[in-house]
Parts: sequence; structure tokens; C-alpha cells
Amino acid sequence: MAEDYKVIEELTTEEAQTDPLYVPEPVDGASEHIRSFPAAAEFEEKLGYPGERPANWQEVALNKMDELRGKFRSFRLFLDICVKCGACTDKCHYYMGTADPNNMPVGRQDLLRSVYRRYFTLPGKWFPSLVGARDLTEEVLDEWYTYYFQCSECRRCSVFCPYGIDTAEITMAAREILDSVGYGMKYTNEIIGKVFDIGNNLGLPKPALQSTLEDLEEEIEEDTGVPVRLPLDEPADILLVTPSADFFAEPHIDGLIGYAKVFHATGAKWTLSSYASEAANFAMFIGSYENMRRIALRIRKAAIDLGVKRIIIGECGHAWRAAYQFLNTLAGPCDFLDPKYPVPQHICEYTWDAIQAGKQKFDKSQNDHIKLTYHDSCNVARASRMGDYPGGQFDIPRNIIKAVCNNFYEMPEGTTREATLCCGGGGGLLTDDIMEIRKKGGSPRMKALKQARDEYGVNKMAAICAICKSQFTKIMPDHGFAVDDIMSVHQLVSNAIILPGSEQEKELMEEQTEERADAAE
Amino acid sequence: MSAGFYEVNGKQVPHDEEGYITNLSDWSKELAEVIAKQEGIDMTEEHWDVVNFLREYYEEYQIAPAIRVLVKAIKKKFGPEKGNNKYLYELFPYGPAKQACKIAGLPKPTGCV
Repeated sequence: MAEDYKVIEELTTEEAQTDPLYVPEPVDGASEHIRSFPAAAEFEEKLGYPGERPANWQEVALNKMDELRGKFRSFRLFLDICVKCGACTDKCHYYMGTADPNNMPVGRQDLLRSVYRRYFTLPGKWFPSLVGARDLTEEVLDEWYTYYFQCSECRRCSVFCPYGIDTAEITMAAREILDSVGYGMKYTNEIIGKVFDIGNNLGLPKPALQSTLEDLEEEIEEDTGVPVRLPLDEPADILLVTPSADFFAEPHIDGLIGYAKVFHATGAKWTLSSYASEAANFAMFIGSYENMRRIALRIRKAAIDLGVKRIIIGECGHAWRAAYQFLNTLAGPCDFLDPKYPVPQHICEYTWDAIQAGKQKFDKSQNDHIKLTYHDSCNVARASRMGDYPGGQFDIPRNIIKAVCNNFYEMPEGTTREATLCCGGGGGLLTDDIMEIRKKGGSPRMKALKQARDEYGVNKMAAICAICKSQFTKIMPDHGFAVDDIMSVHQLVSNAIILPGSEQEKELMEEQTEERADAAE
Repeated sequence: MSAGFYEVNGKQVPHDEEGYITNLSDWSKELAEVIAKQEGIDMTEEHWDVVNFLREYYEEYQIAPAIRVLVKAIKKKFGPEKGNNKYLYELFPYGPAKQACKIAGLPKPTGCV
């Protein structure tokens, strides 16, 4: 497929191509041509939105804005409080990659703030032109659609805003308003419909899921000689809810194999569910609490039906945010679960606990061909936590990596942990029709990765988010990496873990016996 | 691309904005050749093996197979030098799942893939 992307001269210079945090001069309208496909009527209606734009759409949209500003004080506060200090202007990866000033966080907020001022503030009602207020017109609506789907809701800007304004919340509200007049996005909304119909984003029916899991069991047994199970819809103590990409895509599926091996090694009674065969909750991306609740309730129902005591979430960034922040409040109370464990728990927390307990054996040399770096996924980094202290979400995945892998290196400061750069495909943008914004938004992360490669010889990057992994398989080849240079964290665990009674255990014991014999001689 | 039609033997076959056909029953070998050409792919016997496997799998499960399952099937049939991800990406540079599905006339796999 030919790539006909808009080239910004300044971004082709050597400095711009190597500095991960390079900030170009603004170029008006530089990404105004990048628009995702809007949803067809059938996808809108399934989610409770109008299929066609209503005749009184302005009234409907403004009523929705009014409703949201009443319901969410954060939304209203964020619209009122910005002092235009400029601290956010150079912090968005989409701005860094496109140079379009509407992708500066404050620019993006102002697309909506200007309309809010016009209809809901006194100065805006009386002197609109003096306070940057404007009417809600069809052009404005189109502009919203364009630029609110060039935001991955990653919250990097909010870290640098002295008031803590979270552009992600404004983007979510804007998308909810757009949906209220039938102007939704095809990618996100078609997928939410699939969850309601089939149980997961992929549209994977139970027989296909069952067959895939059996295939994986066969594969693990061939590799290790150990019959590791991937149970589906079986009564158990633990329900694992994971993104459906883990059943389908590479390298996601290697992560799933890793979870199964850890559960096997720890003797856990666990299961997957065909009803809740999806951890992702795309309704969060479009700011729809009703649809988010409908999806979250599926997890609750599956947990009750299977009689589990714990819910564990697999490697998925926004799913962890949705589960961590909303499972208990939107679909709770989860009082039927065992209160001794976090509700819900992250698979990394589970694995790290198992490693700390010291009962698992690992052969780290199995990962010696890898020089690894780790990409913090935005929703894990900035919208949730792991473990029992602030920053646990940064340390726990790294602790696991260091326990199973000898060669680990960080990417440059300012591009990791709470300042992590988005992969470029988050927040509902992981669709091929807007590959240009994905590639441009992913470019700061790619530059940071290349620095780690040049400095330390890094040849692989790991992540714990299905979206990040898929996005990187698409954009890393443009930067001199292979499609499989992005890995799941539990793939590294899978490579190194020594299952009791496995071929790997025998080999390791033989090696140790030989070493001892050599030493005796 | 926008939604439109493929022209096959004087017949019009509708497709969506991304080039996936809207009625799966419209598929034919001739159509597959037309779609492949648009994707910049010359259909060889190796391409057809993948496409045929995808269609068989879809018929049984109403979904495309995981890459892993596809690789395994190809490996079983044609040996380890072809049973790997790299080989599939050589055949279908835009990703074996999406590009091969389009040519095979199957719906696009959606989600975080």
C-alpha cells in the first residue's frame, strides 16, 4: 500500500529524527486531513446512539455537554481552570509527530472549551469574540471528530499541567457528545458491538477459542513435556480475563502461554471464560459509562457463574485501568471475591508474588540472546497502580523482567515511567485507516528506542499492553526493527521458567551434574 | 480507499472502506486475484495455500485462525522452512491476518490486533 503522508520539512532534519522529545514549530492544519472512518448507523444504534444525525443536533449536543458538566465536576473544572500557561504545549506525542497546533493539549481542549464558553459562561454569551467563544457549527463538529480521534487519552500532558488538567477526560466527553448525535467512530463502536454479541473484541466464538487453547496446550507439551492446561469455563478459584488479542495475535499469544505456565507452576486452579473473553473495554475510550458498565458486568457475571474467588487481568493497558478504576464501582460490589487479594489483581502482581515466594525456578540464560528495554504503557503508568505503594506499576513489571532476563536497559529519561511516551495507537486509534497519525504519534517512542539500541545494543522491547504490542509490530519495521522485536513480558517469563518435571528441568540438572563432575576433577 | 465495488467478470462486488467485501458469498477465485492485485500481491501457489486454509478454517469456526494456528498448519503441510511467521510476512507484507483475510474474502479481524 502506498503511503502518501504529509511531510513536515522541519521534522526531516537529523536533530528532529534523533531527539525523542524534539518539538517542531507549529504548522496550521498539518494533520487536519487524517480522519478515521465514522461508524455506520447499525454500529451507533447497537450502543444506544442515533443512527442518523438528528435534525436538532445542536440542541442534543449542547444538552449532552450540559449533562456532562453537571455529572462530572472534573470536566467542568478542566474547562474553566486553564490559564494558558503553555506547559502542556510540547508534551503530546501527536503534536511532536505532526506539528499541528490542534494536537497541542491546550489546543485540543480549546476546540471544545470555545463552545463551552459560548453557551455556558456569561462572558461567552455576551462577548464571544473577546473570550475565544464560538458557535457550535457543523464545521466545529467535524473538527472535533478529526482531532478528538487524534488523541490517545494517554494523559502524558496532565503530568506536566500545573493544574492537573486531564485532556483525556475532555477527549472522552467530546467523543460522548459526538456519539450523542450519531457521529461515532467505526473502529471503536463496531468492536463494542462485537463484545455484546459474541463476548470479545475479535468476534471469537467459543468453539474457535476452545480449539485455539487446545492447540496451545499441545504446543506447550511439545516444548516442555509437561501437560499445562488452559482451562475454559471450568469451575476454579481464579478467573483470568485477558484481551482477546492474547488468543490471536503475536507476540500476545506468547504472553498467554507465559500466564498458563505461571499458573501451572504455582498450582493455581484457574480458568478463562468464553462469556467474558475480553478484558478490553473500548467504551472507556468513547467516554460512555453506560456501555462501559455493560461490558464490565460481563466480567462480574462470569466470575459469579464460575464461582471464582479472584479475578486476574492479563497484559492490557486500558483494561487494567478500566478494571482497577471501575470494576468495583461500575459493576460492583465484588463482595463475593476473596478480600485477601486485590480486586481485581494484575497478572504481573500475581507473577511477582510467585517469584518473591521463591518456589519457582528460572533459567535466565534462556533470554541471553535478548537485550531488552521496557515500554511503560500509558494507562498502566498514569491511570492505575500495581502493588501496595505509589510507583509499583513501574517497578513490578521491571522486577519480573530482571528476575527472568540478564540484559535489561532503560530508554532515555523523560520517556519512561510517569513521563512515558504513548505507542501512538492507544485510546481507540489502533485502526489502519489512520495509520499516518499512528506512525507520526509513535515516532517519539521509536526515537527513544533507537537511542537505547545505539547506546546499549538493545534488540527487543517488552510491553504489557495488547494495543502497544500490535501498534509496535506495525511501526517498528519502519525504524529498522523486525515485527517480532516487540515482546510480551510473560513471553520472557515463559522462556525462562523451569516447570517441575519438564525437559528444561532435566537439561538443567544434567548441566549442573556435569559442572559438579568437572569441578571434582 | 472508500467504500465501492470490485469489478469481476463484468460484475460488481461491493466492498467496505478498507476493501473487505461486504457479502462473504460474493467471493470467487477471480475476485481474490483482483483484490490481491490491488494489494500489490501476485498470487502464487504459496499464497493460495494460505488463502485456502483461511477459508476452510473460517467455514468451521466463523473467524480467521490465530497466526499461531496458521503457522502450525502451514508447517504441517509444507515443512519448517515455510512454517514460520517470517515466511507469512514475506507472502503478505501487510500482515498475514489482515491482508490474507481480505484476499480470502473474510471479515477483518478487529480489536487490539
